[in-house]
Amino acid sequence: MRLRFRLNGRDVELDVPPGRRLLDLLREDLGLIGTKEGCGEGECGACTVVVDGQPRLSCLTLAIHVEGKEVLTVEGLAQRGGLHPLQEAFVETAGVQCGFCTPGFLMAAYALLLRNPHPTPAEVREWLSGNLCRCTGYKQIEEAVLRAAEKLRHVQEA
Amino acid sequence: MRPIPAVKPKDLSEALQYLAEGGKPLAGGTDVLVAIRKGQERPKLLVYVGELPELRILRDTGEGLEVGAALTHAELLAHPATERLPILRQVLRTIGSPAIRAMGTLGGNLVTASPAGDSLVALYLLEARVRLVGPGGERDLPVGEFIRGPRQTALAPGELVRSVFLPYPPGQPHSFFRKVGRRRALVIAVASLGALVWVRDGRVERARLALGSVAPTVLRPRAVEEALVGRPVAPEAWEDLVPLLSAATQPISDLRASADYRRKVAGQLLLALAQALPSPA
Ligand SMILES: Cc1cc2nc3c(=O)[nH]c(=O)nc-3n(C[C@H](O)[C@H](O)[C@H](O)COP(=O)(O)OP(=O)(O)OC[C@H]3O[C@@H](n4cnc5c(N)ncnc54)[C@H](O)[C@@H]3O)c2cc1C
Ligand code: FES
Ligand code: FES
Repeated sequence: MRLRFRLNGRDVELDVPPGRRLLDLLREDLGLIGTKEGCGEGECGACTVVVDGQPRLSCLTLAIHVEGKEVLTVEGLAQRGGLHPLQEAFVETAGVQCGFCTPGFLMAAYALLLRNPHPTPAEVREWLSGNLCRCTGYKQIEEAVLRAAEKLRHVQEA
Repeated sequence: MRPIPAVKPKDLSEALQYLAEGGKPLAGGTDVLVAIRKGQERPKLLVYVGELPELRILRDTGEGLEVGAALTHAELLAHPATERLPILRQVLRTIGSPAIRAMGTLGGNLVTASPAGDSLVALYLLEARVRLVGPGGERDLPVGEFIRGPRQTALAPGELVRSVFLPYPPGQPHSFFRKVGRRRALVIAVASLGALVWVRDGRVERARLALGSVAPTVLRPRAVEEALVGRPVAPEAWEDLVPLLSAATQPISDLRASADYRRKVAGQLLLALAQALPSPA
């Protein structure tokens, strides 16, 4: 099929089998390897991207699911050269260790802050419950998201 | 993974044509794509029905809510119309993770017909009707007849679930849902209990109960529902119903839990319900 969608703020058009996984399309066809494949079955969240403002697992998403949609991957987070406040906060709190799970956590957290700029720690934990991390023990990730929420609020107020 | 042939029909009639040719419906993909990945299924054609406008209605008829099969759990949770059905929101909130809720649909959960399907608990409690559409037109079935067994439904080849009608329960019942699972998110229930309970003067006036994961399908333990009528709302007054509830279950042992454990959990959930209801002053 001729697939058209928006990816990280740009219009993209390419020929793909309609049943191709979004994950493969991003990594193999478009060379965006920030999005990771952990389990391939919906259980780990490593492949999370944001589609029309909602978190979505790219391992369980086909090309037809994103036709005409707005897709954001970790490559689209850092804009204007610098890191996104979420990324900065992950670095500052050591929420990144081996980093394999990080793009998925970042994108899930991004979707949370879109709808809820003032999450409580419990809300952060609940929201990120579909993302697994074998390194950090989660506490640092929770802190990173809360810290980023605060930074973003300052940015908006300024 | 080799891509499965897939199509995105532009409307319902085109979708039905593809189904007539042997296609399999695809909505959010959170069940069917996992099954394909695990090699349990290899459909020859996936027909994407997730964005068909006919399957995305949400209509308040005054008597209840007609919900399009392709609405996602997240959409239903966010829609003001579901406020009148707190039990629906209670069950949907516990499904998977935010991403799974943003992808998975009510129709997909229904057709998967898992005894652990959380939305089914609400559908059984509300006595929902399932509206099917196929080459021969439309037909309606009560949810208990639509679900035939684990992973078995009354869906005929070539048919789609178009919508689910959720009647508003009469009066002001208390609604309750609790699910016991192994990991907080994602993992499917070991046992769950949902209830609508009408209470008057500290006593149960009427009760509807639905149990998940403890039988081949979601189950309404009618004997317990009847025995509850007239009981004071207090766990002590319900103790003798625990064995009755356990007897109603037909649990299996699997990787997640043994049959015996499931039976015990179901009993404890009944007492948790008694505790959660406002007790007589
Ligand atoms: C990690 C993970 C966690 C999960 N956690 C839970 C949980 O906590 N509770 C729970 O209940 N479920 C859970 N699930 C299962 C799943 O997410 C739900 O059952 C979901 O609602 C399925 O909807 P879908 O749109 O993704 O279905 P799909 O996978 O698209 O389809 C499922 C089935 O329904 C059929 N179908 C879909 N739409 C229609 C239609 N309109 N008419 C006819 N047939 C149709 C398909 O052909 C297929 O057989 C989980 C799944 C994953 C991967
Ligand atoms: S790779 Fe998609 S959820 Fe694990
Ligand atoms: S940092 Fe290694 S898996 Fe999370």
